[in-house]
Amino acid sequence: MSFLKIDNVTKRYGAVEVLHRVDIDVQQGEFLVLVGPSGCGKSTLLNMIAGLEEISSGTIAIKDKPMNGVHPSQRNIAMVFQSYALYPNMTVGKNITFGLEMHGVPKAERDAKLGKVADMLQITPLLDRKPGQLSGGQRQRVAMGRALVRDPDVFLFDEPLSNLDAKLRVDMRTEIKKLHQRLGTTIVYVTHDQIEAMTLSTRIAVMNGGYIQQLGTPREIYDTPNNIFVAAFMGSPSMNLLDAVIRLDGDDAAVEIADGDGAPVTLPLPIPAARLQGRDGTKVVLGIRPEAITDPDGADKSANTVVALKNVIDVTEPAGSDTFVTTTMAGKDVIGRMRADAHVHAGDNADLAINMDKAVIFDPKTEDRIV
Amino acid sequence: MSVATQDTALRTGRVSRAFIYLFLLLMALFYLLPFGIMVINSLKPLSEITGGNMMSLPQVWTLDAWRSTWSTAQIGVEPTGMRPYFWNSIKMVVPAVAISTVLGALNGYVLTKWRFRGDTILFGLMLFSCFIPFQIVLIPMARVLGLTGLAGSTTGLILVHVVYGIGFSTLYFRNYYAVFPTELVRAAMMDGAGFFRIFWRILMPSSGPITVVCIIWQFTNIWNDFLFGASFADFDSQPITVALNNLVNSSTGVKEYNVHFAGAIYAALPTLLVYIVAGRYFVRGLMSGSVKG
Repeated sequence: MSFLKIDNVTKRYGAVEVLHRVDIDVQQGEFLVLVGPSGCGKSTLLNMIAGLEEISSGTIAIKDKPMNGVHPSQRNIAMVFQSYALYPNMTVGKNITFGLEMHGVPKAERDAKLGKVADMLQITPLLDRKPGQLSGGQRQRVAMGRALVRDPDVFLFDEPLSNLDAKLRVDMRTEIKKLHQRLGTTIVYVTHDQIEAMTLSTRIAVMNGGYIQQLGTPREIYDTPNNIFVAAFMGSPSMNLLDAVIRLDGDDAAVEIADGDGAPVTLPLPIPAARLQGRDGTKVVLGIRPEAITDPDGADKSANTVVALKNVIDVTEPAGSDTFVTTTMAGKDVIGRMRADAHVHAGDNADLAINMDKAVIFDPKTEDRIV
Repeated sequence: MSVATQDTALRTGRVSRAFIYLFLLLMALFYLLPFGIMVINSLKPLSEITGGNMMSLPQVWTLDAWRSTWSTAQIGVEPTGMRPYFWNSIKMVVPAVAISTVLGALNGYVLTKWRFRGDTILFGLMLFSCFIPFQIVLIPMARVLGLTGLAGSTTGLILVHVVYGIGFSTLYFRNYYAVFPTELVRAAMMDGAGFFRIFWRILMPSSGPITVVCIIWQFTNIWNDFLFGASFADFDSQPITVALNNLVNSSTGVKEYNVHFAGAIYAALPTLLVYIVAGRYFVRGLMSGSVKG
């Protein structure tokens, strides 16, 4: 039994279908992140769970109860909005307890719950202030307090961190994760930031153009993306995607790409040739994450297939913790990630180690993953 | 506002500055002249006006004209003074302003936060009422008042002014609420607040400036209205504007100009007061409400 069941859900505005037959089962205590570029339908889906938008077809059920047509306030859900949506005319305390008041909870009980939540979020000194007097991070906490105090079945977060500055965003990310671990609540979280998606979630749904492109754990999404869109969208810097040709030789499979000088280079694949049966000589797209292209000393020692080659480095970008290098392969810029103290300079013909264990191969026509 | 004016003011020399101030002063004097003459002459005995210069200051200062205008002057056929009509106006203006403002706010709330098919067209039609001249509706309105049995009553006048006022008050509030964050309404919905609770607890407390604009606008228009008052009111419900007309046109003996002037000031006083008290919110509210959206 799933806790939150999104079954064959479609959203249409007039004749335009913006969400196509979405199916997601969320278990109790799961942290599901909906991620995708703007206009992909993630916020629409969240609003449909919240009851703020009508469901055109399909069912959304919470605890096996269909929610179609049920008023938002009767769904036992709470939502944290992107703008926080704190009532400007009420104090922080009033903001947090407004929902309880609307549900007819007696004053004494409201105050007790307020005290508990304020303690947990460390906002007790702020309770008598108005939202206009708070900083961004404090407002964020109040918005979370307002959701927490209701003790809902499902928490909905609509890009809650996108209005914060970079440092605060990382802090609040950790806080949200801590809160989830402590309370074990079920959360659906919308973001366009793939790092938030990776770090927070137990499962991610990557969306594009109203379709779910892939639904899986962060590791599945990152290591075995279903298609080129997911591969390119998740990860920063994003995955290197190179034109390549399959070469099968007996049991051994490999791909051939052009190096910086245009000379062909063969990169062996750690899979049996049978998996690529009948594709000898066909064109494919080879996907390699930047961290799989390193200096030889930084290469993963437990990897099975590491290819060493030399290529000219065009640009180095020391980022403190790592040094990113740009080189040219198959006519494209390729980004590699080396150790911070790797000795590389722009213009060097440097030694590179490519971890082919992590390579993925896509069909250039369908853009789906082959291996 | 004042800061912005200073920032954008041109740098000018002393001579041109003096010239500017002189010009402004002259314009202000010119503008205040009629009101000044009204005040001066209302404080004179009648003999000074009829016998002398209208522009000169009173030789004998007296409030007699003010007293008689208020309580004993001849209005039409009755020597009642302006007092009963002043109260008639108050009894008409206060409910009419309150109702049209609340209805306008509700309309604005529905038109922006509870959108429905055809809402823009409906709003356009409501705007139309702002452009229809009063004279056109006189006869249909008389018919409606007759059918509803409200003809000649203060309630009838309130109805007329509410109907006419809704167009403007809706315009004000719709434009103000168009930029009011919809997420707040959604949050309140999820918190379990219904249609009216969201309106009273979330929107109205944030609507101060636009409410002031709406009140000033409606108050001025309804208080100053003569046509509807003259057309639809009975003797016991006539507003002060009609009474002023009757006061001036009463032809028993001499024309008491000092009384007429005092009467005119009585009729203008409430709107003047409203502008002085709430005037600065007026500009602020106009800026925040009507320009955007």
